[in-house]
Amino acid sequence: MKSVRSTLVLLAVLGVLSVWSLFVGAIDMTPSQLLAGDLHRWEIFLASRLPRLLAILCTGVGMSVAGLMMQQLCSNKFVSPTTGATISSAQFGILLALLFLPNSTLWSRALFAFGAAILGTWVFVWFIQRIRFQDAVMVPLVGVMFGNVIGGVTSYLAYQYEMTQALSTWLVGHFSLVLKGRYEIVWLTVPLVVLAFLFANHFNIVGLGRDFSKNLGVPYNVVLFLGLTIAAMITASVVVVVGSISYIGLIVPNIVTMYKGDKIRGTLVDTALFGAIFVLGCDMIGRAVIHPYELPIELIVGVLGSLIFVGLLFYRLKYGRKSIRLGRAPETGCAAPVAAVEGGEG
Amino acid sequence: MQIQKLSKQYDGKTVVDGVSFSIPKGKVISLIGPNGAGKSTVMGMISRLIAQDSGLIHFEGKEMGKWKSRELSKRLAILTQSNHIQMKLTVRELVTFGRFPYSGNRLTREDQEIIDRAIRYMELETFEDRFLDELSGGQRQRALIAMVIAQDTEYVLLDEPTNNLDIYHATNMMKTVRRLCDELGKTVILVLHEINYAAFYSDYICAFKDGKIAKFGTVEEVITKENLSEIYQVDFEILNIAGKPLSIYY
Repeated sequence: MKSVRSTLVLLAVLGVLSVWSLFVGAIDMTPSQLLAGDLHRWEIFLASRLPRLLAILCTGVGMSVAGLMMQQLCSNKFVSPTTGATISSAQFGILLALLFLPNSTLWSRALFAFGAAILGTWVFVWFIQRIRFQDAVMVPLVGVMFGNVIGGVTSYLAYQYEMTQALSTWLVGHFSLVLKGRYEIVWLTVPLVVLAFLFANHFNIVGLGRDFSKNLGVPYNVVLFLGLTIAAMITASVVVVVGSISYIGLIVPNIVTMYKGDKIRGTLVDTALFGAIFVLGCDMIGRAVIHPYELPIELIVGVLGSLIFVGLLFYRLKYGRKSIRLGRAPETGCAAPVAAVEGGEG
Repeated sequence: MQIQKLSKQYDGKTVVDGVSFSIPKGKVISLIGPNGAGKSTVMGMISRLIAQDSGLIHFEGKEMGKWKSRELSKRLAILTQSNHIQMKLTVRELVTFGRFPYSGNRLTREDQEIIDRAIRYMELETFEDRFLDELSGGQRQRALIAMVIAQDTEYVLLDEPTNNLDIYHATNMMKTVRRLCDELGKTVILVLHEINYAAFYSDYICAFKDGKIAKFGTVEEVITKENLSEIYQVDFEILNIAGKPLSIYY
């Protein structure tokens, strides 16, 4: 079936890249050395390489699914953990944990990050619902501004209490500190993504609007804020371990939507796989460029992501929301220009 | 469905003022009136999208507010103008949502058959795997109606279904409304701007003016020169065409 084919291709690519990535790093390692029972290399493999790979996969899956959910729930293609103030709220939460509980463990920092991320996202969505912007681009702009305000407060507090150094780990995303025993929180993304998949139709219906949901007996506000909570928790669990990784939640869902449509049940798996491939690819580039040192992933993702994002914007400007048809020649015919004309009132 | 003394205010301004009427079952009922007469607001209240300030709506023996939302969505469907869908869903995916109140995420074979039938009924078979944003306005409207058919409700409420459609598609939409009533036995309540569509395709007309019911009755009772001139404040001529009172205004 055509719809499954893209998923299988993505799965195959991810499989190959994953195995390959395990043998890329500062210390040379080959599968044959592992098979020969080299204990030192096994130790590196289990303590660093494997955790790193798992963290990368969780990050890619988590951030892109969180982005997908936020875009669907807000029915705005430009909303994402970056442009919805979720990431900066999570960072603010981590700073609070560092300030008030100086000896805090990773888990208590995670709790702070969860709380702040959820609250920040709620406030943002509540705000954009109250204002009702005519122009869809206003929503992410407001999100970016809101995020920057939170980021500014975070920086100020960090500076005041001489926490800038400590906080920088979470400001720029990187995988170099991912080691066994201090990254496992990122696994939380897995059950959360499963939860998102189970409620996918609910989120779809809510994305179609308040009236549409009510007609089908779906409680709009409950599902909206539940969905945002899941997206915020996914984001926060990534930020706590890896730090800020922008763009993935924005561009990956947009690319997958272009060929798979907006039905979450149909796109979620592709989005997750695509996100994982993207992060893994960027990480491998980051490790290869100045080998044996490495560049933080945020740098690579930022460069590639912004280029792709600009490309997407140009594509949208040129073709509107026209889809890319895989495997078949594009059908043109009675596709009339889609102009959302506001009707009169009664 | 019985409506008693329904009222609604926005910012201190009374939009709907003590509206009472009962909706005959298995008929097409059109709500007409000038802009701001309150017809859409009444529609919003009887479809539970808008909460009334006072008054009662009895629906199938129970007060509207006492119904569980999900149970209600098996008996009453509403399409509003705000349903211009921006999402990239295929026709079939949209129609499938109509089964959500019944089966949630797990579609049975019976659901699939109902979805197939709804798509066939609206003659959308050739488009069923196309994305909605690739279709014309008329086709998209038909897809939404197909979803409502799949929702399999006794009552279908349509808020200005002919809005933004050209004459061809609007007329077809009205014919579909008639079929929903005659063939599928549904009670259809519409808000319409075009008086002649209302006159030609409905059984009953409820005319609103200034938040109150100006006239409620059969088409012949409501569509008269005096009534319409009074309601719309312009001159009307009524012609009898194909046994229906059609109006000309100038």
